[in-house]
Amino acid sequence: MTTVPSAEHSRRDFLYIATGSVAAVGAAATLVPLITQMNPDASTIAAGAPIEVDLAPIADGQIIKVFWRSKPIFIFHRTQKEIDEAKSVDVATLPDPESDAQRTKPGHEPWLVVIGICTHLGCIPIAHEGEYHGWFCPCHGSQYDTAGRIRKGPAPKNLVLPPYQFVSDTRIRIG
Amino acid sequence: MTMHRTLIALALAASLGVAGAAQAQEHDTPKPPAQKWSFSGPFGNFDQAQLQRGFKIYKEVCSSCHSMSLVSFRNLAEPGGPGFSEAQVEALAAEYKIADLDDKGQPIERPGRPADTFPAPFPNAAAAAAANGVAPPDFSTLAKARTYERGFPWFVFDIFSQYQEQGPDYIHAILTGYEEAPKGFTVPSGGHYNKYFPGHVIAMPAPLTDGQVTFDDGAPQTLEQYSHDVAAFMVWASEPHMVQRKRVGFQVMIFLIVLTGLLYFTKKKVWSAVH
Amino acid sequence: MSGHSTYQPQNAFLQWFEKRLPIGGLIHSSFVAYPTPRNLNYWWTFGGILSFMLGVQIITGIVLAMHYTPHVDLAFKSVEGIMRDVNYGWLLRYLHSNGASMFFIAVYIHIFRGMYYGSYKEPREVLWILGVIIYLLMMATGFLGYTLPWGQMSFWGATVITNFFSAIPGVGEAIVTWLWGGYAVGNPTLNRFYSLHYLLPFVIAGVVVLHVWALHVAGQNNPAGIEPKSDKDTVPFTPYATVKDGFFIAVFCIMFAWFVFYTPNFLGHADNYVPANPAVTPQHIVPEWYYLPFYAILRAIPNKLLGVCALFGSILILAFLPWLDTSKVRSARYRPLFRQFFWLFFAVCIGLGYLGAMPAEGVYVTIARVLTFYYFAHFIIVLPLLGIFEKTKPLPNSISESVLSKA
Repeated sequence: MTTVPSAEHSRRDFLYIATGSVAAVGAAATLVPLITQMNPDASTIAAGAPIEVDLAPIADGQIIKVFWRSKPIFIFHRTQKEIDEAKSVDVATLPDPESDAQRTKPGHEPWLVVIGICTHLGCIPIAHEGEYHGWFCPCHGSQYDTAGRIRKGPAPKNLVLPPYQFVSDTRIRIG
Repeated sequence: MTMHRTLIALALAASLGVAGAAQAQEHDTPKPPAQKWSFSGPFGNFDQAQLQRGFKIYKEVCSSCHSMSLVSFRNLAEPGGPGFSEAQVEALAAEYKIADLDDKGQPIERPGRPADTFPAPFPNAAAAAAANGVAPPDFSTLAKARTYERGFPWFVFDIFSQYQEQGPDYIHAILTGYEEAPKGFTVPSGGHYNKYFPGHVIAMPAPLTDGQVTFDDGAPQTLEQYSHDVAAFMVWASEPHMVQRKRVGFQVMIFLIVLTGLLYFTKKKVWSAVH
Repeated sequence: MSGHSTYQPQNAFLQWFEKRLPIGGLIHSSFVAYPTPRNLNYWWTFGGILSFMLGVQIITGIVLAMHYTPHVDLAFKSVEGIMRDVNYGWLLRYLHSNGASMFFIAVYIHIFRGMYYGSYKEPREVLWILGVIIYLLMMATGFLGYTLPWGQMSFWGATVITNFFSAIPGVGEAIVTWLWGGYAVGNPTLNRFYSLHYLLPFVIAGVVVLHVWALHVAGQNNPAGIEPKSDKDTVPFTPYATVKDGFFIAVFCIMFAWFVFYTPNFLGHADNYVPANPAVTPQHIVPEWYYLPFYAILRAIPNKLLGVCALFGSILILAFLPWLDTSKVRSARYRPLFRQFFWLFFAVCIGLGYLGAMPAEGVYVTIARVLTFYYFAHFIIVLPLLGIFEKTKPLPNSISESVLSKA
């Protein structure tokens, strides 16, 4: 082996860097399918299409549970007393301030539609329990009021509202 | 389960006469003639109009006996397929009745949704066999499940020519291969003579004839055209990501050739000190 | 894994760590400073290719296992779900199914290379036997994996292969029932095959570590078949062997990608796209291509027990190769007669592979018997006698001399 001229040297360095870079790009591209395969597959996404729920059979004061995208959705047909209770609270004092109007659709005040998953760590709260007559989470004691707002306990946020709209006065479309 | 199996076994035993004849005359079955397909080769692509026509044939003719239970309505709108719009698929799915349960757990039939798979014409394999003599095979993977012997040396060349359309060639041949049995050939009852079926005795009567299905796009309404279109549709149904596969394959090939070239020169440089 | 290392990390933390667990030194001595003969040809890159393929199979396999369901009613459906719905599922499955074939192509080249250059001879007998064990484990893993899609070939392949054990006199039937977990191949069989298919690759990886360890103790054989004598005969593993292996892995990947993207079902069998049906056996039961020579040997022998014994014997005899070959000269380069018999043996294996795919009737059976006879005769008669009677060519004095004489 003789001494390597510097032009030769830089050409060699360039070759090594180019080869290494292309190999690195290949390795990174290989990771894409290996990572995205864990995302929901096409059948799961298709099964998560919007659902329609008929509200007519739900009695005053009754809460029903339906499933959308494998999540429980609570549909609460509130009585006038429960609506008044939700409205009478001073929003500013709430941990996650939201008015009752922000939690329901205008003109459909009796209907509260929330995702039935405690915002603390994902348990399903029990309906019509707790000090605020909304929900009580048995796992860590979070309490929600009749507008699904967090009032007491470790949960940081109000029960989440799913995307939904009224198709007619007695029918909603969730999703 | 056992009951189920027994039924299948019985149905198959009933069709054994057909199968027995099949084995005896396998050797004089001509090879399906190779057809031209838009999806063959490294840059092959499905012809959307052809897939739509093929689907129409499946829907109007084949689906009365053949299930396609691994394919969903939504697949018809996915890229690389027949290219129906979401709205078309929704409307199409709604034409079908899907067995489901209502809120009280009672069995009901509701309109189909894009997420549903194609409903089968028979409740189970035993019922399908009882109604048809032999259970008509499911279409979901059929184009990949049917082939014919290529023989040496053709199967070696196939690696390089990428010929892999034995399935659609065979399906096309079967659909166009019905003819009068030659003199002296007795077709058992319940069987039909087909030039390309191994043993020539097939349980399925000729399913397609000229003019049977109406095309809106001006394609000829002939058996020849039908056979091509439905075979192409079945290839898509069994390999819905084929177009994506070939496209990614081309990118991977280019990448690998570049990387191999670079590694070759790197290797030469590294070893130049030793040689 | 061989000798002690001169590895001295610069970084203070690595020095601290190295004192407590000298893994850096182990890697350095095994894969950086490790001396490799300078005359290795490209046939020696297949060890690297095999490690790469084992990695590909384990990674794609773990991913597929996230989506696969080992139940007779759901297995076929879940595999089709992978092909249709899982993001890039078609790619992962085709990589895995074709990867198995690529793995076997590489292992066959690796084995024949070892045979040609006498890599099994003293002091590499344990290295060779570990290789035979890896090959056996690969065959078991490949077979178990092929049953998982639960197509017709999966089901009937599983039935035929497990029935091998029914040839054992007396307890055969009991063993087969035990393997099945039922009175026929069924859900318990599929479930346990899945469990074992997941287990065995890690066993393979373990034996591969031993294989590489044994390799690094004995040192690599080389085309001249003589041991390195001085530093002039070797080059450090990195960068010389790494870049050479890397280049040929890339070449191998081009072939791999060709199958995966362009003819993904060429190496499979159409019948496996028909869901398993316990009531109908496919007309031609054929194993995967990599078992065909052994399948031909099985069918060449008209007696059930002897056929199964011949099949297992044809693999196990490889383990005795270091003692059956009596020649002191390793490389076929200096053994003109052996070289001819080697190629004859190679042709016999290809021939058996072809016959394994043909129906077991007429002239095919006769030829299969002749080839089976030669297969065993090669090990039991030809190799022991060649070592005694063959006049070998003179060996070069050193590896560097053999390299220079060629240049």
